[in-house]
Amino acid sequence: MSKTTTGTTADETPAAGHSAAGEDDLGAAGSQLSTAPTETAVPGSFGGNRAPGLMGWLAWTGREIVGWVRWFWRQLTSMRVALLLLFLLSLGAIPGSLIPQNGSDAMKVETFKQTHRTLAPIYDKLGLFHVYSSVWFSAIYILLFVSLIGCIVPRTWQFVGQLRSRPPGAPRRLTRLPAYATWRTAAAPEEVREAALKALKQRRFRAHTTGDAVAAEKGYLREAGNLLFHIALIVMLIAFAWGQLFKTEGNKLIVEGDGFTNTLTQYDDFKSGNLFNDDNLVPFSFNLKKFTATYERNGPNKGTARTFEAAIDYSVGADGKDQHKIVRVNHPLEIDDAKVYLVSHGYAPTVTVRDGKGNVVLHQAVPLLPLDANETSQGAIKVFDGYKNAQGKDEQLGFSAFFVPTFAGAGKGTMFSQFPALDFPVLALGAYHGDLGVDAGVPQNVYQLDTKDPNLKPFKDAKGQILKSRLLPGETMQLPNGAGSITFDKDIKEWAGFQVVQQPGTGWALTGALAAITGLAGSLFIQRRRVWVRAVRGADGATVVEVAGLGRSESAKLPEEIGDLAALVHDKAPAQTDADPDREPDADTPVPAEGAEKK
Amino acid sequence: MTLAAATELASATNEHLAHISNTLIYSSMAVYTLAFFAYIAEWLFGSRSKVARTASALTVKEEAAASARGPAVTVKSAGGTAVLERPEVVVRSAAGSRDVPDGPGAHGGDAQGDLYGRIAVSLTVLAFLVELGGVVARAASVERAPWGNMYEFNITFSTVAVGVYLSLLALRKNVRWLGLFLTTTVLLDLGLAVTVLYTASDQLVPALHSYWLYIHVSTAIFCGAVLYVGAVSTLLYLFKDSYENKLESGGKPGSFATSVLERLPASATLDKFAYRINAAVFPLWTFTIIAGAIWAESAWGRYWGWDPKETWAFITWVAYACYLHARSTAGWKGRKAAYIALIAFACYLFNYYGVNIFVGGKHSYAGV
Ligand code: HEM
Repeated sequence: MSKTTTGTTADETPAAGHSAAGEDDLGAAGSQLSTAPTETAVPGSFGGNRAPGLMGWLAWTGREIVGWVRWFWRQLTSMRVALLLLFLLSLGAIPGSLIPQNGSDAMKVETFKQTHRTLAPIYDKLGLFHVYSSVWFSAIYILLFVSLIGCIVPRTWQFVGQLRSRPPGAPRRLTRLPAYATWRTAAAPEEVREAALKALKQRRFRAHTTGDAVAAEKGYLREAGNLLFHIALIVMLIAFAWGQLFKTEGNKLIVEGDGFTNTLTQYDDFKSGNLFNDDNLVPFSFNLKKFTATYERNGPNKGTARTFEAAIDYSVGADGKDQHKIVRVNHPLEIDDAKVYLVSHGYAPTVTVRDGKGNVVLHQAVPLLPLDANETSQGAIKVFDGYKNAQGKDEQLGFSAFFVPTFAGAGKGTMFSQFPALDFPVLALGAYHGDLGVDAGVPQNVYQLDTKDPNLKPFKDAKGQILKSRLLPGETMQLPNGAGSITFDKDIKEWAGFQVVQQPGTGWALTGALAAITGLAGSLFIQRRRVWVRAVRGADGATVVEVAGLGRSESAKLPEEIGDLAALVHDKAPAQTDADPDREPDADTPVPAEGAEKK
Repeated sequence: MTLAAATELASATNEHLAHISNTLIYSSMAVYTLAFFAYIAEWLFGSRSKVARTASALTVKEEAAASARGPAVTVKSAGGTAVLERPEVVVRSAAGSRDVPDGPGAHGGDAQGDLYGRIAVSLTVLAFLVELGGVVARAASVERAPWGNMYEFNITFSTVAVGVYLSLLALRKNVRWLGLFLTTTVLLDLGLAVTVLYTASDQLVPALHSYWLYIHVSTAIFCGAVLYVGAVSTLLYLFKDSYENKLESGGKPGSFATSVLERLPASATLDKFAYRINAAVFPLWTFTIIAGAIWAESAWGRYWGWDPKETWAFITWVAYACYLHARSTAGWKGRKAAYIALIAFACYLFNYYGVNIFVGGKHSYAGV
């Protein structure tokens, strides 16, 4: 065995070091098992000698520019830079999750700006209040995707080339491969190769015979999957960008019985992407027939909402047919690209306001905003015109309203609601008159009464206090000195808040996402591997069979597969039993590596 | 029976179930503690045997090479009757990695150590079943999936992590060495759950009633549990790799490090194991994010809104993509890739704890 020792040592040296990549010492056999770009960046200065004169300078500059551009492109599309950009992308996404963002919570941004006087302007400059649409974040992902495209295109061609050519021939020494088996047989080499070719084809390898060996490859779907994944990423990005540019999002509060038409002016608030224009709004309209909420009545979860549903009649287009639909949380109404979501609800007590002569000046369900989970609600009732005071002069009325659907009971010390359903509704009102200030041009919050406005004076009760009253349904509060009255009607309505969203490209994003998963599964679960079966007649007349395999990454499956394959070929070309086990066909005896002894 | 009486009865049953659940969770903690001590005993007894395979593999290479026998046809006999002839396959690691044999496991070949190891695994199975019972009772008591708040999330998470470990054992993977690390963290996780995070049962708001949510959260929990196993393996890979490097360059590691690390699998095995785990869940993690986006679309009207939770899921995803890329980028394989994998798992953890506690956002619907 002294002869083998030297051979083995020489072979082991590269394996012990850490630099040699497997593909290098296998030459063509191991090449292009993946289409990942190899690191071949060309250094700068490409011009060589600069000839004298203007033409020489031009030629040199041209070469230099082209050289640098190619250098830059190679850098950008290298795996290393892609890695760096991916890393930057994840790093860049962090600040947006920690600093309030305009896009998701503009109120929080305002508070932040007020409390951080020095930091806020700096953040503002850096775009940290809108990270995901900031210049630097866009730069990272645009570079990443340019890199991705620059990487995919050549890899696709390369892959097509591989599909059209045949698996590379066997390397000279099969013993160096990660999985290896050998035996000696009496069968002729041609027979062995034929058996091997058949066995490999049966196992859906692409196989052919070259020289003294059969070369085979399988698992191309890995590469196909990988390309599909990366292409799907691009599709998703484009769909997302498209959606952002044309997106619209508007909110509308509707009281039972009222309706909505999808035009800009009807919205309470509205946001849209940069490329949106009014014509993009899908034409439709709907009426809120009834809103229903049910709540858990007993047990530890008392008061938790069980259902929220809004029954609506809608019609598509200018004069479409009326259709009925129940909109629930998680189940929006969909009309073309537009979706109508149920996002909030509350109570709208109906009140009737009369002037001193008993004329009705307001009869309306007034939506109030909930303050807590039990629907304690607050708001304002405003009478802008039509009201004349006791002296016959035009005046405006304002009432601050506080409503609880389930009152704790008088003397219980709390005006907060005990339960969200209408078990014991009470409306508390404070009354004001004068000027509501609408003409000043400042947009008004309809849910708030500006009681600090000096033009708005409270009505006083007999004791000179602000006139306040707690009403049960059907009760009336009289305003002093024949100024009129306000009645809390028995008909208490509910309102529902809807969000109407239009985001084109969602279907594409979903398609891209599904393709990405499919591609990923192919890319990560399928092994791409090459197998060679060599059969040559040895000096003693027996045929030496060698079976070896190489995968892109080491897998426990490969040795198994080689074992199964070897067993198949072995059936057709059984081993010579009289062979001396110590006489090896090749001087190279590989060391059993880790994993070899576990079966 | 009146309706009110019926619902009252139901709610009494629920409270009863919640109580049972709590008892089961506490009991499982007790059993995990016993398992923890059994694993410790395994490691302690294992330290009696002096294994030094790594050192011999790295230093006395020539002898090892010379003594190795080449492949031949082996005759395997199954039960002494059927005789199957097939060629033996010789496996070697790819060029560039060391040929180091795997350690024997925590018991170090010591019979008593092995006994304690088996006891530890049995106890882990028992604790797992008890904890699973606790999670199921909790789900029954709140009449929904058990992940409405961080307490429920924690107990479900640790149950799944232990389940993953036991499944790997059942598949005859060589992972018993994970046991001690796993029970330690499970105990920490449960301790945190019952003390700091405990929440009496509460209901979900209607936005959370969606089967996409069930898919999204269950896969998120499963991914986290599997990624956790990958992260432990990665961490151990880093230790073992330093150890092997030191030996290779002629250094002499401390006796504690030697005792522990000799018994772990080879660094190449740990690295490969971690890679397979991480690569296998990456598509599922991708799916998790997509399922979340689909749910967000139906609940909030937009599939992606850079909510902190979404953002951190994205960051975690990109970090794992970084890791996968690094493994096929020259100069980034091995240790650097491993560091990226650890950072990626830290991102997952931050999303799970950090975002709920420090950041908030739309996902913080059920209190902490
Ligand atoms: C959005 C960013 C990207 C993501 C999320 C991503 C993700 C992935 C994943 C998960 C793999 C599978 C890794 C494996 O086979 O183990 C992969 C492979 C690959 N990626 Fe990307 N990638 C991205 C961008 C890029 C870019 C910009 C390039 C171009 C340089 C690129 C080039 C590659 C290559 C060449 C492979 C194959 C590696 C191999 O076959 O081993 N990727 N990528």
